[in-house]
Amino acid sequence: MSTISTTPVAAVRHASPSAAKPAVRKSRETRRKKAANIVYAILAIVVFVGSAFPVYWMINTSFLPANLIRGSELHYFPTPETFTLRNYESAILSEDRAAFLPALGNSLAVTLFTLLVAMLLGFLASLAVTRFRFKGRRAFILAILVVQMIPGEAMMISIFRIIDGWQLLNTIIGLGIVYVSGVLPFTIWTLRGFVNGVPAELEEAAMIDGCSRGKAFWKITFPLLAPGLVATGVFAFIQAWNEFVMALIIMSRPDSMTLPVWLRTFLQATQATNWGAVMAGAVLIAIPVVIFFLIVQGRMTGGLVSGAVKG
Amino acid sequence: MSSTTLEPRTERSGAAVRPPKKRRPPVLPWTLLLPSLVVLGVLVGYPIVRLVVMSFQKYERAQLMGQPAEWVGFDNYAQVLTDVDGFWTVLLRSFLFMVVCVALTMLIGTLVALLMMRLGKGFRLLVSIGLLLAWAMPALAGTVVWGWIFDSDYGVVNNLLTKITGENWLGHAWLINPLLFFTVATIIIVWGAVPFVAFTMYAGLTQIPGEVLEAAQLDGAGPVKRFRLIMVPYVRSIITVLVVLSIIWDLRVFTQIYALQDIGGIREQTNTIGVYIYQMGMAQGHYGLAGAISVIFVFIMLAISFYYVRQTVREEEL
Repeated sequence: MSTISTTPVAAVRHASPSAAKPAVRKSRETRRKKAANIVYAILAIVVFVGSAFPVYWMINTSFLPANLIRGSELHYFPTPETFTLRNYESAILSEDRAAFLPALGNSLAVTLFTLLVAMLLGFLASLAVTRFRFKGRRAFILAILVVQMIPGEAMMISIFRIIDGWQLLNTIIGLGIVYVSGVLPFTIWTLRGFVNGVPAELEEAAMIDGCSRGKAFWKITFPLLAPGLVATGVFAFIQAWNEFVMALIIMSRPDSMTLPVWLRTFLQATQATNWGAVMAGAVLIAIPVVIFFLIVQGRMTGGLVSGAVKG
Repeated sequence: MSSTTLEPRTERSGAAVRPPKKRRPPVLPWTLLLPSLVVLGVLVGYPIVRLVVMSFQKYERAQLMGQPAEWVGFDNYAQVLTDVDGFWTVLLRSFLFMVVCVALTMLIGTLVALLMMRLGKGFRLLVSIGLLLAWAMPALAGTVVWGWIFDSDYGVVNNLLTKITGENWLGHAWLINPLLFFTVATIIIVWGAVPFVAFTMYAGLTQIPGEVLEAAQLDGAGPVKRFRLIMVPYVRSIITVLVVLSIIWDLRVFTQIYALQDIGGIREQTNTIGVYIYQMGMAQGHYGLAGAISVIFVFIMLAISFYYVRQTVREEEL
């Protein structure tokens, strides 16, 4: 990678300005490059450990027995002797104010609801704004953009009152429609980008060959859109699965909690003492997100960068 | 072009011999938009109206139970805007916290991106995996894990500090002191936000043509100069968008602060604006006052995002 020789701080000291024979200079150059590479490698390891440590520590703790977690020695690796699934047991079988399994069910239900409705509505809307020119189109796209800038934290009071007024507190539908409205602008915006990426000429060509407009879209454009639909759907999934604020105010009854609210309640119920079980709960919540996230991560930054670089 | 036709947008003039179209109302696109419009109208538009209305009313628990709400004009706003110990302190605290988080996120993110440019394939993959793990962690789960890492009795940090310094750190409660509370909160936010900045900056930097950098180097520009005079101008718009987005995200932070307060912070001394609205409205039942704060908050956010929206509209050529 470092074809361009660089002078990082560590290597500067070795680089005397005296112009020696080419051979000497060359070996000096390679040595300097080597030193630089070692520094970069160390920095890379520092970045890796700094980023990954909390994730690792969560997993590590979740497999440790309580007496070791609360011991004065740190245990960096689970060994066959200490390995235990007790923490997962107490997290999953947690009862009282915070039960895991109903929360898992609620989270799955509300996430699926959000995913299906937001994707369907978002897909239709993105077609409208990409394949048609009409009055109000620009205003709609602008509104979609602006709506995303309104913080949900500011809206929670009135959303709570509205959902309460409709008798939808503590219901999947109640939280689900709030999530749909939260995810939809982003969904439309992203899908719009993907649909724009499929040239309308392809459809036209199919129409010239005798396809109906609908059939041309279904046979030609839709398959090309599949990856974009999957990526957008995963984002909607992650957002709904992780959402905490609205779930906190709308799903307050113990039997209607979603997983993030469960984790918070579980943390409080254990008085922040049963860290092993809490970590096990955190692992269980994070697993699906991490898996899905890794699937689509490549598309996260692409949108922001494409066309944003001058030149 | 704003004529309302049902034709695909890339219409070629004269390509088809069709009878001249009468202007028809654009039924199909509006039918496609209708469901989204209804959802957004009912669950974004209507709540905004309700929010504004509520901010002009005396609205407490009693009103929630069904008592008619009384109009009080700008009383709520007056009360909020003269509340130095409450609103202004929280607002100032939120902004300070945001500035520190954004500055650190951008600095570390850029440095990591530059590092990734210098790394070989293997180490770059290693860094990417680490960043992806941090990025993928749900905010709440991540905060809880950091709470455990900084746990006063059995946390890694106190344990290691005890070993390294020789002094007894066990029992040291990080979250009780507001300044240390926000230090921990900053670590959590920056840890979660650096991956996005680093990946985006890296993607932007790799698009700079290699010849340009090489030419600069031949002309004698050192690494700092190359960064300042070549790289930064190339990725200026990316940097601006990243800064604006970071400002928006860090200003509206809720989950991390709220969860850290659960784990061991003093709420009154550590509220940021989002959590303050929750406390005021949901916890204490001052819906009218919380409404006024929310409206002010919305205006602040829209003002900040104005640049981002304008930039996006311009780039996407809407």
